[in-house]
Amino acid sequence: MFAYAGKILRVDLTTGKVSTEPLSEKLAKEYIGGIGLGIKLLMDNSKPGTDPFDPDNPIIYLTGPLSGTLGPTGGNSYAVVSKSPATGGIGNAESHGFFGPDLKRAGYDAVIITGKAPKLSYLWIDDDKVEIRNAEQLQYKTVKETDDMIRIELGDFYIRVSAIGEAGEKLCRFAAIINDEFRAIGRAGMGGVMGSKNLKAVAVRGTHDVNVANMDGFREFIKMIYERMKGPATKKYKTLGTPENVLVLNSLSALATRNFTNSQFEGAEKVSGEWLNEHYVKKIVGCATCGMRCDHIAVVPEGPYAGATSRLEFECLWSMGPLCGVDRLDAIIEAMRITNEYGMDGISIGVVVAFAMDCYENGVITKEQTDGIDLSFGNAEALIAIIHKIGKREGWLGNALAEGVAKAAEIIGGDAYKYACHIKGLELPGYDLRTLKTAALGFSVSFRGACHLRNGAYSPDVKGKVNRFKIEAGRGKMIVPDGHVYNVIDSLIVCKFSRGTYYDGNKDLANYYTLATGIPMEPDELNVIGERIENLARLFNVREGKGTRANDTLPWKIKNCPVPEDGPAKGVVVSDEEHQLGLDEYYAARGWDSDGVPTVEKLESLGLGEYAYIVKDRVKGGKA
Amino acid sequence: MVRAQDRKFVSADPEKCVGCVVCEYACSMTNDNTFNPAKSRIRALRLGPLNNIAVACRHCEDPACVAACPRDALRQEEDTGIIVVDEDACDGCAWCISACQFGAMMMHPDKKVVFTCNSCKDQEDGPQCVKWCPEEALTFVTAQQLAQKSRITAVKNLFQESKEKKAASK
Repeated sequence: MFAYAGKILRVDLTTGKVSTEPLSEKLAKEYIGGIGLGIKLLMDNSKPGTDPFDPDNPIIYLTGPLSGTLGPTGGNSYAVVSKSPATGGIGNAESHGFFGPDLKRAGYDAVIITGKAPKLSYLWIDDDKVEIRNAEQLQYKTVKETDDMIRIELGDFYIRVSAIGEAGEKLCRFAAIINDEFRAIGRAGMGGVMGSKNLKAVAVRGTHDVNVANMDGFREFIKMIYERMKGPATKKYKTLGTPENVLVLNSLSALATRNFTNSQFEGAEKVSGEWLNEHYVKKIVGCATCGMRCDHIAVVPEGPYAGATSRLEFECLWSMGPLCGVDRLDAIIEAMRITNEYGMDGISIGVVVAFAMDCYENGVITKEQTDGIDLSFGNAEALIAIIHKIGKREGWLGNALAEGVAKAAEIIGGDAYKYACHIKGLELPGYDLRTLKTAALGFSVSFRGACHLRNGAYSPDVKGKVNRFKIEAGRGKMIVPDGHVYNVIDSLIVCKFSRGTYYDGNKDLANYYTLATGIPMEPDELNVIGERIENLARLFNVREGKGTRANDTLPWKIKNCPVPEDGPAKGVVVSDEEHQLGLDEYYAARGWDSDGVPTVEKLESLGLGEYAYIVKDRVKGGKA
Repeated sequence: MVRAQDRKFVSADPEKCVGCVVCEYACSMTNDNTFNPAKSRIRALRLGPLNNIAVACRHCEDPACVAACPRDALRQEEDTGIIVVDEDACDGCAWCISACQFGAMMMHPDKKVVFTCNSCKDQEDGPQCVKWCPEEALTFVTAQQLAQKSRITAVKNLFQESKEKKAASK
């Protein structure tokens, strides 16, 4: 096989047993790699009802067919798939940087890790040599310290490490896995799954060649993509970066503020991309083999957080800034830095803190319960203090919040559920769903819970292509095709920031795939693969009791708290009626039944007939 | 006859380099027809996000690597300054690797002999890392040109600073 390593590695941490098996060309073509292959392998290697923190829940590392090549963004990627401790359904995340290519060069398309190591350990993959090593000296070390210490211990600066911090070790349900200091397998709590296996890190060194099928054609193709990356399609990421969204969304009344109470932030200017770049960004760097530059490295020049350095993107800036009512970028940069150190999801952490602040302001939790921290909206010191507590699971509140907002609301009780902004257990990303209603529908059906990266449904709203204040007829159908594209993107594992450089969409991506692998691929086939992955992910969620209409919900505040600001958005909420209408249409457009479950016919048409039993068992069991 | 000061080598501008290793992949693609940074003749290094640089052979005058070789396996080409490795004579002892202050001499993972930058002398348009660098951080330059560039930047900064001071005092 070209481009693929052609091999899957299995590691059982309980027994220490390591084995490999070939990756068939059929599986490679049907699921591409990345999350597609990951969801397939998770489905086939896990038992229904397994707790995400049970040793039997596999955590799967994946490369894509392009990993390890000079292909921009596809060359530098990897993905992780497991059952999510946040949602109980599919957990997936992708990360770029420098780690992925080494895993490919070491010779693996996938690494399926099961079991639980008897003591804290790390996995050392040195080409064909695979070793489970003691990591007790790394307990509670930050991600960065872990990375440094492992490379020193193994004596090679160029070893790449993908690690968890203290939060992952302590089973935080939104813990991340981080590589290259600030590149994260961020969402869905994959770091917690690592922690539950006593697995502190995966370290890898790959020295084998990666060869493509048609080197001349591949070279010309990627040269073209590198050139396009210098053009308008990636301009945003290279200039202000994603924090450009702060003022854009604010002007649209879509910058959720103070835990989705307001939709505009009076401090927006002070936390804008413009302000960030002028006062804090020291250098814009990038990942391996990429022609874009998006990593805006911010350094705090003075004040209590002087010297704090972190990469900062819109989503995390928003969650720890406007959503918490905080208008101080120095504190937000520090908050991001420590969030990375503990190894937590930078989106979820801000939503969790904002939830706690909302509870505090509404008298649901008391100052005694916060250990004396004044959790008022806008208190930057409190933001930092509570993140430390969550990272360490310190105190009653820190411990509860490390469970994520859905479970924390259950622990806190009372009205706390009203302030928990999540879908399926995953905290909302940075879009006010009351004023971006296509996004509301899209996020609610995403298989990994609240997510802007499963179908990009915010796009028609933000671009003014639809009436964004109303879910109208046609909206359910509208969000289907992009879901397929995003699944393909995450299976090739190309960066979503690069999506604008594939001018011819699937035609470009199919060509890219074939030049690399030598496996014929038509643009329409990619669409089918995207749909297959969507259905298989949904099936996994159905199997786990998380994949029906009852799970495709919206947070309480989105449905019950009208936008207070004057202007066109005043008074807007998402009504249950319009949301259900959107779901009806969406399920119909997908060929799913009225409960949102794929039909047997649909499964068979996608080559998923072997899983029809999941749908049939459900009907037999009579579950609604 | 090329004067020693006119020899060109690949140099990275630390202000522009972001450590993206595109140069490494471009090098192995060009010279070994594969993708493998371990076979690259230029290596990039990131010491934290703000400190990045790519390093390749600088074609030193009286090169330490050549002097260090106990088997006379290395020689420097007069015109280009390129260090040529006699792969039959080299036994991979790595004396030259210790001798090079830039880490520009490396062990080839398959051949087990040393290798270093050949300035892509078989390529019509010169070193391919320079062509592929997305930041235009790499240049194929002489030491004279590097010195001139630094001088020009220094003078520009000086006058820019004095201008800004004047403007501020107004």
